[in-house]
Amino acid sequence: MSATTWTMAKALNQGLAKALADDDRVLLMGEDVGALGGVFRVTEGLSARFGTGRVLDTPLAESGIVGAAIGLAMRGYRPICEIQFDGFIYPAFDQITSQLAKITARHEGSARFPVVIRVPYGGHIGAVEHHQESPEAYFAHTAGLRVISPSTPNDAYWMIQQAVASDDPVMFFEPKSRYWPKGEVELESPAAGMHTTRVARGGTDATVLGHGAMVSVLLQAAEVAAKEGTSLEVLDLRSLSPIDYGPILRSVEKTGRLVVAQEAPGFASLGSEIAATVAERAFYALQAPVLRVSGFDAPFPPAKLESVYLPDADRVLDAVDRALDY
Amino acid sequence: MPTPDLAPRRSRDPHDDTKDRMGTVPETADDAVSVQMIAPDGRFEPNAAAEEFLPYLERLDDDLLRRFYRDMVVARRFDTEAGHLQRQGQLALWPPSLGQEAAQVGSAHAARPQDTIFPAYREHAVAMIRGVDVVDIIRMMRGLTHGGWVPAEHGNFHLYTLVIGSQTLHATGYAMGVGFDGAATGDPARDEAVMVYFGDGATSQGDTNEAFIWAASYQTPQVFFLQNNHWAISVPVTRQSRTPLVARAAGFGLRATRIDGNDVLASYAVTAKQLDDARAGRGPGFIEAMTYRLGAHTTSDDPTRYRGADELAEWEARDPIARYRHHLESRGIVDPAYLAEVDREAADFVADVRRRTLALGPADVGLIFDNVYAEDHPVTREQKQWLQGYEAGFGEAR
Repeated sequence: MSATTWTMAKALNQGLAKALADDDRVLLMGEDVGALGGVFRVTEGLSARFGTGRVLDTPLAESGIVGAAIGLAMRGYRPICEIQFDGFIYPAFDQITSQLAKITARHEGSARFPVVIRVPYGGHIGAVEHHQESPEAYFAHTAGLRVISPSTPNDAYWMIQQAVASDDPVMFFEPKSRYWPKGEVELESPAAGMHTTRVARGGTDATVLGHGAMVSVLLQAAEVAAKEGTSLEVLDLRSLSPIDYGPILRSVEKTGRLVVAQEAPGFASLGSEIAATVAERAFYALQAPVLRVSGFDAPFPPAKLESVYLPDADRVLDAVDRALDY
Repeated sequence: MPTPDLAPRRSRDPHDDTKDRMGTVPETADDAVSVQMIAPDGRFEPNAAAEEFLPYLERLDDDLLRRFYRDMVVARRFDTEAGHLQRQGQLALWPPSLGQEAAQVGSAHAARPQDTIFPAYREHAVAMIRGVDVVDIIRMMRGLTHGGWVPAEHGNFHLYTLVIGSQTLHATGYAMGVGFDGAATGDPARDEAVMVYFGDGATSQGDTNEAFIWAASYQTPQVFFLQNNHWAISVPVTRQSRTPLVARAAGFGLRATRIDGNDVLASYAVTAKQLDDARAGRGPGFIEAMTYRLGAHTTSDDPTRYRGADELAEWEARDPIARYRHHLESRGIVDPAYLAEVDREAADFVADVRRRTLALGPADVGLIFDNVYAEDHPVTREQKQWLQGYEAGFGEAR
């Protein structure tokens, strides 16, 4: 199998290029995605290669981006929208949740809406307000959307192509703090579908679960724990809706302990949903309550406080210790 | 193109009026010239603004002129019957189109078969003309479906959209796609255009304004058809805008025309020209049809709480159907026998609607789950199975 080493930004760029090359109904649209290549340069060179008729620098209006994408999908196109930053998605919230999410059901099978919405999200980049948020739970809560988030360059490369190939709307959350670290990318075929939970590191004493940038924090925690003699199994959720519970339940059957970590505030979060479901489905396997490690239930703070706000390996290990002490 | 007359009726400085800031509204939003072909008394009296649109009337033979009348009468009878069905508990809600028949029938007939139409939720006459079975609208308002028809099989007439203004962006995206699919060939029988209906309330929505911007930016083959019926539920159009809405369009770079929306020939001719201009690659257009919602916003509304009988009477005197009937009679295009025949047809039409409405069965439970996603989804699949088992359990207990 041929493989290469790319950053996630490069892997996404190459995945998008492949999607654009494979199907001329695929369009890329958003603010600054053309000549600039996007504020994170994820779409760099795509406008030059595919033309301004395929890679659209749009007016500065997020609801317009998603609303127009819905119309383009009605016409048979497969638009990929870029929302520039997590905190700028709310002007498009109505078009995403009231229209895109419900419009397939409204058509009762007579139309499909293959729209992908790419959203760079999460903290760790020292940015100003509205640029470091984790709004994924809003969309996971909304039926009609598929919600996924890669944590590695390899997953980014394949999952963006799988998202474009899906006939359903897909919210594609890109952990922007992971755009630049490099990783190996398999070029021949994907290891898994876009809706599977991945075992990122095997272990036996406790399971830690997260998605996006949190996965690297969990792997870091597992390294530290290993030195202390504790074996952590690390799961990369990858799919936030639907959630692939098989690997999670299998892991919990083995370890008896689960810690769910997320950058988002914990109240009514993905971690809450997973904790409830695991309690329902694996009650007798659990040796301790499922514990959540989250951002605080407060607006994302000014950047100088982000390292206090965001869960780090120590906060994850603190929860692991509490789970092991039960 | 008519130049809007922006001069207010009363000289005033809206920024120096404490009463305005406290909640009263100015009376300037009606001040602009409207294209008119038929005077309110039925005489054919095109005004100066109508001149450039007159050639489009030459497309109309007597059969089509009669057809306009027939469609307006049938649409009104249907609308009235649907209101009765709601009052009799057969429908959850009905949004009446009463009074807006000329705006809808004229513009709908101006669209060509290959055109694509995006409605709001009051365009019952347009739906009928594009080939939608009106009982499918009834099914929606009865609570049996959120959609009701397949747009591609019903005159490219898209589903009703209930969130105000959302459909303007869908229409614009669709029109962008028409543009991307290929430049106009110059053959109006083949080139496609898109028309989207919305109301005066929708002009305050962000989505509608974004749609104007996108349409102008991408020069979409599209017409924005605004039915200014003067009321957004209980709020007058003057609260939405202190300038004539047609005057806004120029700021967005849209070709704009205001019409007497109760004049079916003005609606037809202006829409035909605007659509043909759009399909020929001349960019997006905008029509403001000045009409009036003679009925309530919906059957849940009570307009006597917020508008006066004088205003209603003034607009009832400009009834679009009576005006057009006088016009056809004066030209000898219809006779009493034809008018009676249309009334009979309308009565038969609504009798059939009533019969089929009362025969509608229950909703299929599968509707909850089956098309939430286009592809297989474990959650909807498992919840549907669970519900079937749960309901079957009650059956066994009996």
